Amino acid sequence: MRDVAIIGVGMNKWGELWQKPLRDIFVESALLAIEDSGVDHIDSMYVGCMSSGIFVGQEHLGSLLADYLGVNPIPCTRIESACASGGAAVRMGFMDVASGMSDIVLVGGVEKMTDVSGGGATYALSTAADQEYEVYHGVTFPGLYALMARSHMHQYGTSREQLAQVAVKNHENGSKNPLAQYPQKVTVEKVMNSILIADPLRILDCSPITDGAACAILCPAEMAKKLSKKPPVKIIASGHATDTIALHSRKDFTTLNATVKAAEKAYKMANLKPEDINLAEVHDCFTIAEIIVIEDLGFVKKGEGGKATESGMTALDGKIPVNTSGGLKSKGHPVGATGVGQLIEIVHQLRGEAGQRQVKDAKIGLTQNMGGSGGSTVVHIMQAM
Amino acid sequence: MFPARYWREIPQRYRLEANKCKKCGRTYFPPRLVCADCKSRDFEPLKLKDEGKLLTYTVIRVPPSQFIEQSPYAIGIVELDGGTRILTQIADCNLDKLQIGMRLKIEFRKIQQDGEAGILCYGYKCVPV
Amino acid sequence: MTGIVGYGAYIPRNRIKLEEIAKVWGADAPSYKRGLLLYEKSVPSPDQDTITMSVEATKSALKRANIPPEEIGAVYVGSESHPYAVKPSGTVLAEAIGATPEVHCADYEFACKAGSEAMFVCIGLVESGSVKYGLAVGADTSQGAPGDALEYSAAAGAAAFIFGKDNAIAKVHHTYSYMTDTPDFWRREYQFYPRHASRFTGEPAYFKHIIGAAKGIMDKARMKPEDFNYVIFHQPNGKFPQRVGKMLGFKKEQIEPGWLSPTLGNTYSGSSPMGLTSTFDISKPGDKILMVSYGSGAGSDAFILEVTERIDEIRDKAPKTRWMLDNNKTYIEYGTYAKYREKIRMGT
Repeated sequence: MRDVAIIGVGMNKWGELWQKPLRDIFVESALLAIEDSGVDHIDSMYVGCMSSGIFVGQEHLGSLLADYLGVNPIPCTRIESACASGGAAVRMGFMDVASGMSDIVLVGGVEKMTDVSGGGATYALSTAADQEYEVYHGVTFPGLYALMARSHMHQYGTSREQLAQVAVKNHENGSKNPLAQYPQKVTVEKVMNSILIADPLRILDCSPITDGAACAILCPAEMAKKLSKKPPVKIIASGHATDTIALHSRKDFTTLNATVKAAEKAYKMANLKPEDINLAEVHDCFTIAEIIVIEDLGFVKKGEGGKATESGMTALDGKIPVNTSGGLKSKGHPVGATGVGQLIEIVHQLRGEAGQRQVKDAKIGLTQNMGGSGGSTVVHIMQAM
Repeated sequence: MFPARYWREIPQRYRLEANKCKKCGRTYFPPRLVCADCKSRDFEPLKLKDEGKLLTYTVIRVPPSQFIEQSPYAIGIVELDGGTRILTQIADCNLDKLQIGMRLKIEFRKIQQDGEAGILCYGYKCVPV
Repeated sequence: MTGIVGYGAYIPRNRIKLEEIAKVWGADAPSYKRGLLLYEKSVPSPDQDTITMSVEATKSALKRANIPPEEIGAVYVGSESHPYAVKPSGTVLAEAIGATPEVHCADYEFACKAGSEAMFVCIGLVESGSVKYGLAVGADTSQGAPGDALEYSAAAGAAAFIFGKDNAIAKVHHTYSYMTDTPDFWRREYQFYPRHASRFTGEPAYFKHIIGAAKGIMDKARMKPEDFNYVIFHQPNGKFPQRVGKMLGFKKEQIEPGWLSPTLGNTYSGSSPMGLTSTFDISKPGDKILMVSYGSGAGSDAFILEVTERIDEIRDKAPKTRWMLDNNKTYIEYGTYAKYREKIRMGT
C-alpha cells in the first residue's frame, strides 16, 4: 500500500446559495482545489453526496459533475453514507491512490439543501434513519439526538449548560473563519433561550441547513513534494465502521459504537493514541454529538465530555482544540460536503494557514464524520509532512 | 406512502410480531434473517409483550409535515417486558411529567395518513399505564 | 343458547366541557345543561378513530372472553364514522387482533344503531351455527357542525362484544327490531357534517321507535318493566333516555348504571352498547337486562339478556367503562378541540 498525501484543498463560503445550482457549487470548489494543488490533470474522482435525488431531483452525480468539471471521460462515482458521505468519499480516494490504481484523485462532497422547504429538508435528512421503525413514528434527527442527550444527562449528569457550551465554543471558533455560514458568536444564555426543537435540544443546539461543497486532491506521498505548490499533508490513517441504523437497537444510547470502532482502527493504523492528536474536527450535528464523540474518540473518559467542554479543554487554546473551523454548528452542514470540509480545516491547520484560529505547533489532526444517528462513522488522521 | 410498503409491515405494526434466534435466544423486531450475535439463521416467531418501561424520551416540537396536527408529541425508546426495544410515540401523556423508567403499555393508534386522499397508516404507540 | 362471552369498551382521554363550547358560540350554558343534561363529552385525539377505538375495545373483550382470536368467524364494525368511505374498518380490526384470514368481515352503518345492528347479525350467525364466535363493535368519532346543537353531544367511544354459545357471561333470550323510514337525521355523500330535523328527531323518531321496540320485545317475552334489573336506551343526550324510560314505566335506578351520556356525550353507534358494558360491570348473576338502541332513519334493535355466574370471574380482567369515564381525563379548550376534530383548514 502506498502512502497518500493531500496536496490541494478548495471550498467557498457555505450558506444559502440561492443563485447557484449544485453543479456550479461543486465545480467552483473543485477548481479551487485543483488550483491549490497545482496539478494539470486528475485520474479519478469520488464525490460524497447524501440526497441530491430528494433535494434537487438529481441522481447520477458522478457523470454530471465530471462533465461540468470538464474531465470526461475519467471515472467518477458518487458516494453515499448519509452525513458521512464526504468522509466516505475521502476514504474511497485514499484507497484508490494507496492501491496504486490511480495517482491523482479528486475527492469531494456537495449538498444543495435549500431547494426544498424546511419540511422537505427534514424529510430528506430523515431518510438516514430507519424509515419503517423510526421515521414512520414521527421522529426527526433532532429528536434522535435529543433521545441520546436525555440518556447522557440522566446517566452522567451532563447539564443543559454544558450542551450550550459546545455551541458557544464552536461559534467563537467560527467567528474567526471567513468561510463560516453563521460566524455570529452566541452566549450560553442565548442558546438556552432559543426555540425548543426536540426537548432538551433547542435551535442553537442544531447545525443549520446549508448549501456547499468541498474538494481535495490526493496523490501518492512520494509524488507530493514534486507536484505540490504548498506543504503536503499525509493521511496516516483511515478508519470506517458501522452500527445499527436504528438508535433503539443499541445497548447504550450514550455511546456511538461506529465512532469507537472507526477510531480504534485509525489509531491502530497510525500507531497513535488519542493523546497524540493535536486537534480534531468532529461531527457536531447537534451539541450532544460533540460531547459523546470526544468521549468515544478517547479524548476524555466516558461521561466527562460535558465537563471537559465546560473546562475549556476543547477550546482553541485548550489541551485538544475541537472544531477550530466552527464545526458543523457555525461553519454549516451541507451534509455530503461536511466530511471533506473537516479535512480541509485540518490541512489548513497543519499547513499553518488557519489565521486567527491557528493552533500552535499543530502536527497531527483527526477528523470524525458521522452518518445518521451514528450508524456510520469515518475517521481520518492527518500529519504534516 | 405506497400501500405495499405499509401493508408489508402489518404483522409488526398491528401485532408486534418479532422473531427469536433459536441458538442464542436474541430477539429481533422486526424479524431478521441472520442473527447479528451468533450468525444463526434458525429463528422462531415471537410476539412482543404489550407493556414496558421508558428508557429515554423527547418531545418533538418541529415535526415532519404529516405529523403537524399531532404536534407537540412525545417520542420515546421503550424496553418492552422481555427486553426488546422499540421507538414509538407516547400518547395521552402529560409532556411535562415524562420520566425515565415510567411504565407504559401499547395502544393501537393511527400513526400518519398519506395526505387527504391516500391510505391511513396504523400501528403501535405507548400510553402511560 | 347464544350469549355474550366477552365485552369491552374504550373511551378517549380528552374531554371538553359544555361551557367551553357554549362560550365560543355565545350560548347559554346553564340552560343547555338543564335542558339536555349534558356536562362534558369525550373527544378523540388526532391519532384515534373508529378503527383504533374498536381495536382497543376488542382487546378488552378478548381478555374477558379468553378465547383464541382465530376462532372468531365474523368481525362486524358498526359506525357512522368509518375512517374510509370505501375500504372496511373490520379488516384492520380483524388483522390487529389476529382473526384473519378465516373470518367474515363487514362494516355496518345505520346512524346510531350500527353497533346494535352488528350485534343482531352476530347473534343470528352464532345461533345458526355458521360461526363459533362473532365479534360486534359499535364505535364512532361523531361530528357535529360548529355551532350546531349536535356539537354539545357528538362524542367518541367504542364497545365490543364477542358472541358464542359456551361460557357466556350473559345469555341472549330475545331480540326484536322496529323500523320505519323516517328522515330525522342524515349525512349526504361528500358532506363533512350531518344534518338533522331539530324537534322532528324527538317524538316521531327517537321516542316512537324506542317505545315501539321496547314494547314489542316485552310483549314477545311476556315481561314487564319491573321484571328487569337494568335497562339501557340510546343516549343522544342526558335527558332523552330518562324521559323514554319514564314513559315506558322504568325507574331511575334501572337506567342509571348504563346512563353515561351526561359526562360522555353521544357516542352514536357506541352509545347504548357502551351503556350495556357499564351495566355488565356492576351486574350480578341472574340479572335481567333490556337494551334498546336507536338509529336515525329510523329504527331500534332490542335485546333481552340474562347475566350468568361467569360475570364474576371476568369482570375485572379489563378496565371498567365507568372507570374510564371518570379517570385519566384531560380537559381541552375549544381551539385544541377544533384542531383535533379537523375543524381547522390546514395548509398543505
